[in-house]
Amino acid sequence: MKIYFKYLKILIKKELQYRTSFILLAVGQFFVPFIIFVGIYLLFLRFPNVGGWSLYEVALTYAIIHIAFSISECFGRGFDVFSTNIKSGTFDRILLRPRSTILQVFGTRFEFSRIGRLLQAIIVLIYAIYHLNIDWSIMKTITLMFMIISGIIIFIGIFMIGATFAFWTIEGLEVINIFSDGGRAMAQYPLTIYNKFIRKFFTFVIPLGTVNYLPLMFVLDKVNENKFIYMLTPLLGILFIIPCITIWNHGVKHYKSTGS
Amino acid sequence: MIEVSGLSKSFKVAKRNPGIISALKSFVHPQFTTIQAIDDLTFNIKQGEIIGYIGPNGAGKSTTIKIMSGILVPDKGNCKILGYTPWKDRVNYVKNIGVVFGQRSQLFWDVPVMDSYNLLKDIYKIPEKMFEENLDLLVSTLDISQLLDTPVRQLSLGQKMRCEIGASLLHNPKILFLDEPTIGLDAVSKIAVRQFIKTINKEKQVTVILTTHDMQDIEALASRIILIGKGKILLDGNLAKLKNQFNSQKVITIDYSESNEVINIPGVKLISQSKERLMLSVDTSIIKISDCINLLSKKYDLLDLSVDSRPIEEIIVSLYREYQI
Repeated sequence: MKIYFKYLKILIKKELQYRTSFILLAVGQFFVPFIIFVGIYLLFLRFPNVGGWSLYEVALTYAIIHIAFSISECFGRGFDVFSTNIKSGTFDRILLRPRSTILQVFGTRFEFSRIGRLLQAIIVLIYAIYHLNIDWSIMKTITLMFMIISGIIIFIGIFMIGATFAFWTIEGLEVINIFSDGGRAMAQYPLTIYNKFIRKFFTFVIPLGTVNYLPLMFVLDKVNENKFIYMLTPLLGILFIIPCITIWNHGVKHYKSTGS
Repeated sequence: MIEVSGLSKSFKVAKRNPGIISALKSFVHPQFTTIQAIDDLTFNIKQGEIIGYIGPNGAGKSTTIKIMSGILVPDKGNCKILGYTPWKDRVNYVKNIGVVFGQRSQLFWDVPVMDSYNLLKDIYKIPEKMFEENLDLLVSTLDISQLLDTPVRQLSLGQKMRCEIGASLLHNPKILFLDEPTIGLDAVSKIAVRQFIKTINKEKQVTVILTTHDMQDIEALASRIILIGKGKILLDGNLAKLKNQFNSQKVITIDYSESNEVINIPGVKLISQSKERLMLSVDTSIIKISDCINLLSKKYDLLDLSVDSRPIEEIIVSLYREYQI
């Protein structure tokens, strides 16, 4: 962990050198997703609720997935843009260092400008919580924290799988965005509004449902039974990272036997 | 210290033919050809040697280096370095080696060199004292004290290379792999880099494996060369011996006043001839240089004459030719 902070120090130093580009990126990162939220807001001017969920409840769903996504992009960007490492041969360098490949890939990039996206998501979060009458018990607060952590880890897992593709093919990695960007777009609404297949897919395959929809059922007091299970779902979602790491290690092995 | 035996590695490469039709064809039904990058390599290297690992482009040099540094897994064969199999125990093995790729940087582009060095210190868990000592040595011998506070992107190629080499030696590696370390450098930097490699080899007993296309590197540094072509070792031996073997060849250049005499001396080959100048290659095992000059002076009205040994460059070229690579 200490070594990761050393990486961060260098990366932040690097980002700070390009002030204008940093500011513009951060501003862009603030407004692009914010417009999506404005869209949601306008939708609710027409309809009182979507699938039984009010504007503020959807706003909460939206805020959590966007907070998680922005933080994971900020730290996990190294995996998101990993194919450039393969192209430029930087990955060879990583293999020459006596540290784990995953740690080192985390250390290749840090996207501080995602603070813009994070900021708008936090504003939406405050807006939602302000309008919702939630009785914040300790359990609910902890659950909210775990929801965000779970989201961060799941998105990083998706980035990792995408990065693993780069060991086989350099181009055409866009396909993983179906799950990262696509997943984020889907999960900014409660999953209940989708059909059964999509619901199941985002619960059991890529468990983004465990980040907001399922635990929110508990936080918003939408369930009366099995509260405990709904509360625990973010922790189960975190398990998603295990197969991702396995797939990654498999990719590294493949790279070592084929080269590029 | 390094034992390589029967090392082989092949790559699958997609076949691509020119033209849009065949591009479509290979899109629908890709065809692969297998390229044998290296084929049954066997050699041993002792501690403290400087090996010049040479061969034309695509001979398999980089593949060998990649296998020996643990990046690639070979199809067949064994490689024991310092008791490790490089591709099996990667993390423990790479602590003991330093690798410099002439065309790829290991330094962070946007921050001062010293920041990269400090990060390496933590990556390799280098003890404070050892780090200080090594840094002092590197800074003085590579003459980089002025450069440490400069962002890498502002360094010239030669300055960057010196910093790169420094970076790969901070952790006291026992083996240093250098893949074209002098590529694109100016004469001064080249000499500095060579001098430094010599120094660390002598003082720290670092074993150096060097690939290069610059034969002066080889001449200045390598005690032994391994020549590889089409994935096979063609020659493995002492550089001095190789030179002697080829140094029975001398080149005589003469300037003369106009003449159309044709020479025909056994053991002498014509390299080039113009109206006023003649270049000959002489095999001294057949005819003595003095005899040859004697004969020439009888035939021509000599204005000037010089005798040269064949440069190493030419020896290597003739080796490539001899092995048809």
